[in-house]
Amino acid sequence: MPLEITTARPDPALLDLPWSTPLEDWPDQYLAALPRGISRHVVRFVKLSGRVLAVKEIKEDLARREYDMLRDLRRLHEPAVEPFGVVSGRVGADGEPLDACLITRHLKFSLPYRALFSQGLRPGTETRLIDALAVLLVRLHLAGFWWGDVSLSNTLFRRDAGSFAAYLVDAETGELFPSLTNGQRAHDLDIARVNIAGELMDLQAGDLLDPEIDPVVISNRIVTRYDALWAELTATEEFDTGERWRVEERIRRLNAVGFDVDELAISTDIDGTRISIQPKVVDAGHHSRRLLRLTGLDVGEGQARRLLNDLDNYRAASDRQNDDEEIVAHEWLTRIYEPITRRVPRELSGKLEPAELFHEVLEHRWYMAEREQNDVPIERAIEDYVASILPTKPDEAAVVGVDTIEMPVIAERP
Amino acid sequence: MATVKYDESTRIYPGNDAPSVDRLNIDIADGEFLVLVGPSGSGKSTALRMLAGLEEVNGGKIWIGDRDVTNLSPKDRDVAMVFQNYALYPHMSVADNMGFALKIAGVDKGEIRKRVEEAAKILDLEPYLERKPKALSGGQRQRVAMGRAIVRSPQVFLMDEPLSNLDAKLRVQTRTQIASLQRRLGVTTVYVTHDQVEAMTMGDRIAVLKDGILQQVATPREMYDSPANVFVAGFIGSPAMNLVSVPVTDGGVKFGSHTLPVSRDALAGGGSNVIVGVRPEDVEVTSGEGLELTVDVVEELGADAYVYGTPTDENIRLEGGDDALAKPFIARVDGRRVPMKGDKVFVQPNADHMHVFNADSGARLSG
Repeated sequence: MPLEITTARPDPALLDLPWSTPLEDWPDQYLAALPRGISRHVVRFVKLSGRVLAVKEIKEDLARREYDMLRDLRRLHEPAVEPFGVVSGRVGADGEPLDACLITRHLKFSLPYRALFSQGLRPGTETRLIDALAVLLVRLHLAGFWWGDVSLSNTLFRRDAGSFAAYLVDAETGELFPSLTNGQRAHDLDIARVNIAGELMDLQAGDLLDPEIDPVVISNRIVTRYDALWAELTATEEFDTGERWRVEERIRRLNAVGFDVDELAISTDIDGTRISIQPKVVDAGHHSRRLLRLTGLDVGEGQARRLLNDLDNYRAASDRQNDDEEIVAHEWLTRIYEPITRRVPRELSGKLEPAELFHEVLEHRWYMAEREQNDVPIERAIEDYVASILPTKPDEAAVVGVDTIEMPVIAERP
Repeated sequence: MATVKYDESTRIYPGNDAPSVDRLNIDIADGEFLVLVGPSGSGKSTALRMLAGLEEVNGGKIWIGDRDVTNLSPKDRDVAMVFQNYALYPHMSVADNMGFALKIAGVDKGEIRKRVEEAAKILDLEPYLERKPKALSGGQRQRVAMGRAIVRSPQVFLMDEPLSNLDAKLRVQTRTQIASLQRRLGVTTVYVTHDQVEAMTMGDRIAVLKDGILQQVATPREMYDSPANVFVAGFIGSPAMNLVSVPVTDGGVKFGSHTLPVSRDALAGGGSNVIVGVRPEDVEVTSGEGLELTVDVVEELGADAYVYGTPTDENIRLEGGDDALAKPFIARVDGRRVPMKGDKVFVQPNADHMHVFNADSGARLSG
């Protein structure tokens, strides 16, 4: 049977991978790191033309279905890993057919939750991860995606200015609908709650999580955070016609949680004394879109918020409030952001993403200023940060191996 | 353990005119394995979520045992939704992997231990309780995952397509395991699938849904032998039943050149045309009588073979095909006497095993 490769990004180097060998037995020379994670399937990370790719061995129909689903999610601008291709028609050296492989691109600077926990955490990280997952789940649900297997294991996290942004990794059980019912959303949340509690209990059993933390309490947080965000994004609000400022207020609140309102339904009652408003179409990424428009920088939502704040400060400090925003932004980019992020020596560049580094430097400056009881210029802050803090950070550009066990559930040989 | 009763249960989603589940009535016996099956959009998953308490009931009631649970929250219903996912946690012992859901539910340690041990006995996992899942074989790991659901000892198990993300081999294996385990435990189970083979092999009874409406609820055998309407006839069985629209004549119906005797009573209210259904294994190849087919494809299976043919009379179309593609007529024939591709053959139903349906309503007319 001929090998069949479906990919949106043809790369001849794909042909050099040992497709006639079961994924489990791929030689080290191809691998980016040792494979790990809780998975029902065999997963390996390979190096290919300077990229890191995740390869999952799975039946062909399931591989194609997941590939298409991930493409759909990307098309809908949902935060999910990028599908790279499907390789099918594999035959082993003994002539026996092998399962297909689903290939996804490794998301740069993303971290599996187990890697985060094995680093020794700042207190509260577990709740920040849950918060990020709640945002992801709300976004997916707004798009009509029922996940079916919501868990920390099926999510990747990127640092986002002190908090995290979550990305969907595993769409195997997911389904897209025109919209979700309340029952479908409740079902996903119930699955999330149980899985998260199980995952945190497992971390405790492995001495990776403070035994004082209660997994059940943390896992319930997914429900409360999700419900609060869902209500903010979808609830109908009613007020008197005299309180029209509340329309603005609602939009401002949505922006504050990172969403733009693309469509707001406004209706009045028969005699026109009451107004009710309900967001109909909301779009995540309010701050990151604004930053992208102003500077061309494509960064996380939290990072964008941080950078925009610094931009505003720059504008105030240089007394440029009356100048065109785009022009000031360009100046800030070339005079502040780029020089600072370029100060990182090449050998330390795999530690943090540039935008996250910038955020860290701003934090560091604040601590320095507090210690010295005096303003600290950002140039001095970056110098000190690169010398004293950055070298102590772990490399996070391509964290794929963590200390866990792969445990596929496989059919027993008869 | 308990009975389950859907009593005129209805779910209408806001903004929809048609109910997603329309006045559903099913009585499920204590310990029964009932499969809800239907194509996508049939309302099967909605019906299950209504029972779980995840979806609001807009009309009618739902009973578990003698309790009206229509307005109870999910956790007060004593039902367990079994997830598709069955990840095992590597640092936790087998016992903890099985018992952690109880810990979430706030059950005390002694009780958890007791229930885990009981479940381990049923699943042949007793010697492994203190080990880590890594030390187990693939099949044992699967049983641990099932143990997660069993220890909750609910009154009802609810399963929504639990096998859909497994590969074919594992699906067949797990299907058998779930069915035999359910029989041993005797816990009332409602299982949702779109796969009629899964439904036929697992269920004590099957309920077929379409567009939110219950089409038939019956044992797999009854469902196969006397489908209540054309939809069920075409949905249950693989390869599917042949369904041909034919004219009514004196003393029966006209099937090609042959008149099939059907009693006047059986045709009452059927109009001038009826739909005759015949399963591939009940098709007889005759010498010149009945419906003439041109053989398109022959699928050899050894002992017998499937013949896929097209009626030579272009006016005869088979029901159940989509617009673009005419549905072939399928006959199972003796493997030693197989026609060749391109041959013309005559077929007619075995009179003892044919089905007659109203051409308009689709309802069953015969026996």
